[in-house]
Amino acid sequence: MLREILVRMRQGRRTMKYPAASPPAMPDRYRGRPELSGDPCPEGCVACSEACPTEALEPGIGHLDLGACIFCGDCASACPRGAIRFTLDYRMAVSRRQDLMLAEGQRAMTLAHALDRKAKRLFGRSLRLRELSAGGCNACEADVNVLNTLAWDLGRFGVQFVASPRHADGLLVTGPVTGNMELALRKTYDAIPEPKIVIAVGACAIAGGPYRGHPQILGGAGSSLSVDLYVPGCPPHPLTILDGLLRLLGRIDDRDGSRDRET
Amino acid sequence: MIKDDKGSRDIMNESPLALDSIPLLPIDEFSGIVVGATGAGGRIASLFGARTRDIGGIQLFAILAYDRENRVSVARTSVDGDSYPSLTPLCPQAHAFEREIAEQFGLKPLGHPWMKRLRYHASWTGRDAWDGKAGEPIPPAVGDFYRVEGEEVHEVAVGPVHAGIIEPGHFRFQCHGEEVFHLEIALGFQHRGIEEAMIGGPTKRSRHYVETAAGDTSVGHATAYAQACEILAGCRESARTQVIRGIALELERLANHVGDLGALSGDIGFQPTAGFCGRIRGDFLNMTALICGNRFGRGLVEPSGVGYDLDGERAGELSRRLEAAERDTAMAVKLLWDNQSVMARFEDTGLLPQDVATELGIVGPAARASGLARDLRFDQPSGIFRFAQVPVSTCESGDVFARAFVRWLEIQQSAVFVREMLGAIPSGELSSPLGALAPDSLAVSLVEGWRGEICHAAITDGNGRFARYKIVDPSFHNWPALAYAMRGQDISDFPLCNKSFNLSYCGHDL
Repeated sequence: MLREILVRMRQGRRTMKYPAASPPAMPDRYRGRPELSGDPCPEGCVACSEACPTEALEPGIGHLDLGACIFCGDCASACPRGAIRFTLDYRMAVSRRQDLMLAEGQRAMTLAHALDRKAKRLFGRSLRLRELSAGGCNACEADVNVLNTLAWDLGRFGVQFVASPRHADGLLVTGPVTGNMELALRKTYDAIPEPKIVIAVGACAIAGGPYRGHPQILGGAGSSLSVDLYVPGCPPHPLTILDGLLRLLGRIDDRDGSRDRET
Repeated sequence: MIKDDKGSRDIMNESPLALDSIPLLPIDEFSGIVVGATGAGGRIASLFGARTRDIGGIQLFAILAYDRENRVSVARTSVDGDSYPSLTPLCPQAHAFEREIAEQFGLKPLGHPWMKRLRYHASWTGRDAWDGKAGEPIPPAVGDFYRVEGEEVHEVAVGPVHAGIIEPGHFRFQCHGEEVFHLEIALGFQHRGIEEAMIGGPTKRSRHYVETAAGDTSVGHATAYAQACEILAGCRESARTQVIRGIALELERLANHVGDLGALSGDIGFQPTAGFCGRIRGDFLNMTALICGNRFGRGLVEPSGVGYDLDGERAGELSRRLEAAERDTAMAVKLLWDNQSVMARFEDTGLLPQDVATELGIVGPAARASGLARDLRFDQPSGIFRFAQVPVSTCESGDVFARAFVRWLEIQQSAVFVREMLGAIPSGELSSPLGALAPDSLAVSLVEGWRGEICHAAITDGNGRFARYKIVDPSFHNWPALAYAMRGQDISDFPLCNKSFNLSYCGHDL
C-alpha cells in the first residue's frame, strides 16, 4: 500500500486544466480544420478531388465536405499551388450536417451550438451516454475512451458513459453502421428513453469514412437517426470530441470566433 | 527459389513469385502438405481462396510458416465444382479459414465440423455454400450455436452491444452455475467489405483500407501493405525509411501494451496501475503524433516510403519523451507484480496450454505467453528488423499473468529498440517512386504487429492490379484461444481473460 501511495505521489496530478486554462498544444504536424484558399484554381485543374480517397472534394465546386474527409492530407499534397492547408485548429464539431461543408476562403466554421434551454436543463449538468460501435476500426472508440482517463477526466463535466441504454440520455455512434449492426443500432436507440440526443463521432459515423459507398454499410448514424452533434476526424483528436461535447452542454461559447471561455 | 520435394514453394522475403511457378496441386496433395506442415513445426499463416487469370475456377492458397527454420512456403490447388474435402478435421488451424472460404466463394468444405458463416455477408461469387437464395437477408449471429444439454446447464448470451466502449461481437456461454463449459464467439458485425474493395487496386483508397483494417494497428497493417507493394514493384526502401517504420511499429506496440496492462488492472479493480497506464498510453500515442500528426500513425507508412521525416530535433524530443514515459511505465507496472491481490487474480486464470496454442496456431504475445518462441521480428524479419534484432520474450505459464508479463517484457525491449534507433537514424531518401507491380505474381508480407503476426498476401492480375488481397490480422488466429481459455473458468473472469488477449473485432471482420 505504501508503494502505491509513493508511486501516486511521483506520478503526480495529471488532469489537464482545460477548459479553464489553455488546451494542450497540438503536435506541429497535426492535421486539423482545413482551409481552402480563395484564389481561383487554374482552368480545369482537378488534382485535389482526384487525390481525395473519399470524394470529400467535389471538382469545380470548391467545397470540402469535412464530414467525409479522413484528414489524410492527400489533397494538400496534390494541389500544385498549395491552396489547401490543414491548420492546427482542433475545433470542428458542428450541430448541422451542412456546417461541415467548407467553402473556398472560409476561415471559420459555424461550430456546434448548445442544446436548447429545456434540453440543457435536463442534460447540462449530467449527461449519460451509451456508446455504440458500428463497423469502424476501433480508433474512434479508443479516443472516446481516452476521455475517461485521468488526464481528461470527462466525469468532471458530468458526462459519463453507461452500460445500459435504459440509463442513457443519448447515443454516441462510431463507425459507418454496417448492415450487420443496423438492427443493434435501432434497438439500442429505441431503448434510450426520450428525450435523447445522438452524437456521431468520426468520418465513418458521419459519412462512411474510407468505406463510403460500400454496399456493406449504411453510411453513418445519419442514415437512420437524427444527429445532434457531428465530430469530424479520422479519428477525431480527443480534444475535438471534448470540445464538441462541451459546446453541446453550453460550456464553451465562442461561436463568434473569440477565445475559449467557460460559461 | 527452390521447390521442395513436397510440392509447395518457398517464398523469399524480397521478391515476388510468378504464379505459374507455383505448382497447381491436386486437392489431396495440397491437403497433405498443409496437414503435414502443421504436424511438423509449421503453421498456417494464411489459407484463402482466389480467382486468378492463369487458371479458371477457384484456387486455394496456403501460406505456411515454419518458425524454427525461418521459412515460409506457399501451396496451391484448384477446386472443381462447389466442394472439396475439409482440412479442419485433421488440422484445427484451418477452421475459421475454411468458413471464410465457404462464405466468400461458396465452396463447401465437406466434413467441416462446424460449418457456420463467419462474417454473415453474401458470397462474392453468387454461389452460397449454405444454399441460400440470392438477395436473401443474412442476419448476423443467427443460427445454431453449440449447446450443452442438462438440467442445470444454462446459456448466457452477450452482445453484439457490450457494456463498455468496445467493438461489437456476440458471445454464447454454456454455463453450469458460474462455471463456463463452453464459449462460442460469433463475429462479423464490423464487416465493411475491405478485402472485396481491395480487388482491382492499388487505388487511392487501398492505403486507407489497410490503415483502418484494425485502427489500433494502423502502422502494422500499413507496413505489411507497403512491403507487399514494394515486393511486387521490386522497389527497395532506404535505411532511413526502414528505421522510421520500425520506430513507429514499436511505438504502436508500446502504446497498446501499456494500455492493455492498465486495462487488465482496471478489470480487477486495481486502480493505481489502471489510472497511470491509461495516461501513459496517451504519451506513447502522442509520440507517434509527433512524427506524423496522427496518434494512430495514419499517413506515416506508405508504399514507396514514409510520409514524414524524423529529423534530429524531433528524434531528440522523442528520446526525452520516451525516457519519461519509460520511467512512469516501470513505476506503474511494477506495482502489479508485487501486489498479492493482483497476482491472485492473474495467476492460473484463463489457461492456454502450450500444446493447444500450437495446435490452434496462436500468434503474438498470446503464443509467447504459452511458451512458444514465435516472433516475426526474429523468425521472418523484414525492414530494419533484419539488422536490429529484438529479443523474443516468452513466459511459460499460459495464464493471464503470462500474457501480462510478456507484454511488460516486450515494453522494455521495444523501448530499448526505439531508443537505439532514435540515436542513429541513417541518412537516405524518404520515398522513391513505386513503379508498376509485377503482373500474375504473388507477394507475401509478414509483420509482427503488437497483437502478433500480420500476414498480407497480394496476387496480381495480368495488368499488375490486385486480383486478390488477403489480409490476416493476428486476431483471426487468436479468437479461438480466448474461447478455449474460458473453459472451466468462472464466467465472471471473462472480462479479464478477454482483456488478456485484447483481440480485434474489426481486424477479424474486415
